[in-house]
Amino acid sequence: MNAALPKISIRGLRKAFGRKVVLDGIDLDLGSGESVVVIGGSGSGKSVLLKCILGLMEPDAGSILIDGVETVGLRGEPRDEMGRKFGMLFQGAALFDSLPVWENVTFGLLAQHKIRRSDARGIAVAKLAQVGLGADVCDLVPSELSGGMQKRVALARAIAADPEIIFFDEPTTGLDPIMADVINSLIVKTTREVGASALSITHDMASARKIAHRIAMLYQGAIIWAGPVADVDASGDARVDQFIHGRAEGPIQMAVRA
Amino acid sequence: MNTLQLVGAFALSFFAVVGRLTLFGVEALSHCLRPPFYLRSIGRQLIDIGYFSLPVVGLTAIFTGMVLALQSYVGFARFSAEGAIANVVVVSITRELGPVLAGLMVAGRIGAAMAAEIGTMRVTEQLDALTTLSTNPMKYLVAPRLIAGVIVLPLLVIVANIIGIFGGFIVAVYKLGFNPANYLQNTFEALHVDDIVSGLVKAAVFGFIISLMGCYHGYTSRGGAQGVGQATTSAVVSASILILCFDYVLTELFFAK
Repeated sequence: MNAALPKISIRGLRKAFGRKVVLDGIDLDLGSGESVVVIGGSGSGKSVLLKCILGLMEPDAGSILIDGVETVGLRGEPRDEMGRKFGMLFQGAALFDSLPVWENVTFGLLAQHKIRRSDARGIAVAKLAQVGLGADVCDLVPSELSGGMQKRVALARAIAADPEIIFFDEPTTGLDPIMADVINSLIVKTTREVGASALSITHDMASARKIAHRIAMLYQGAIIWAGPVADVDASGDARVDQFIHGRAEGPIQMAVRA
Repeated sequence: MNTLQLVGAFALSFFAVVGRLTLFGVEALSHCLRPPFYLRSIGRQLIDIGYFSLPVVGLTAIFTGMVLALQSYVGFARFSAEGAIANVVVVSITRELGPVLAGLMVAGRIGAAMAAEIGTMRVTEQLDALTTLSTNPMKYLVAPRLIAGVIVLPLLVIVANIIGIFGGFIVAVYKLGFNPANYLQNTFEALHVDDIVSGLVKAAVFGFIISLMGCYHGYTSRGGAQGVGQATTSAVVSASILILCFDYVLTELFFAK
């Protein structure tokens, strides 16, 4: 594989719902082994961006190259093949209510026929150990787990198939600060162990600072700033400054009131 | 002008729903016919739809058979035609009441449950999670429910037919004083293969309708708990209406001369 080729290369991505333009010409790259965090306020289009990349939503225009392959308009087996490169941690964990933890963790592996059902439980135990959970949770159903444990199980599921690219949608939302830091540490640890690239969306700056190599800020459908995480405090953009310091006063005032 | 606009808007939205439902049904059917087949899911649905619906379908059937015998007796006694009660019970149950009542009861019990389960999966992003795990939600969730619905409703109707006819027998023998042997003989003479088969075909169609409506309304639900609530209501109401519509259509096809 060409080392210089980005894992994900997005150019001119547009998506509108009726008259509301959510993404308005997004350009973004994710390098191999890199962790990029997209920050932005609620309703800024972060989740839509993620869904367009994952193929859950069709963009109106633009290009999404994954390992150099155009994925906009990709369907059927080629799309499934592309999807096997991905792991995804959903905001609300999105664990399957009707299945026990071990089956949730190995769901993707079983679906892709990478393992036999008789081996699945043992593999689930190993994956759960990677996120700091014991074998005792294997037979529990998601409703019997706390929010933090659900996030860990969802993380175990996301990394179970050793994906090349892992997406994190608001990984720390709804967690207390300590559990949020635990999840952030696990994200850093597991992505390094798997050797995956990571694209996260969040509005939690503590999380962004911990897991990102680069940060990009999405505002009114466009990337208004992108750069190394170390530079985010000296971005020179008042909107970025206001967001990262969580101030009510500033240029994003009108959007907050809207 | 306003009235015309209203009629136009209603017609457009009606045909839009019919179009979406048709596309959904065709896609779901195509997944029913193409591998991979999720046999474990199909088995689970067969038990959920079939086994756990047995009590409600059985109770409905036995009381319907009993009432039918009682009402027929009251009506036929005016014409001294009490002997036709067994015939009326058998034909009514096998042709109409067995499949229709079983269909309506299962629509209430299972259609709502399907819509609620899939709707909750939609609003909690579990359907998106399935897609990211290389699993097509239509194939994993919808196809097994459609297959199970078509298989299990006829089996439920066979049970409903037997219990319903037995209900009529109980009332006829123990309340109305019929000779058991004569009543049974009349019952078996009244049983015709055409009646039974038509009832079972109806049941298979109703099973498809119930599963399709439950899955469609759950799959397309939006807006959190309220959306899921609306989906369950819509699933039951639309399945019930369609069952009654298709009952007439199928009766025309089978028996109209």
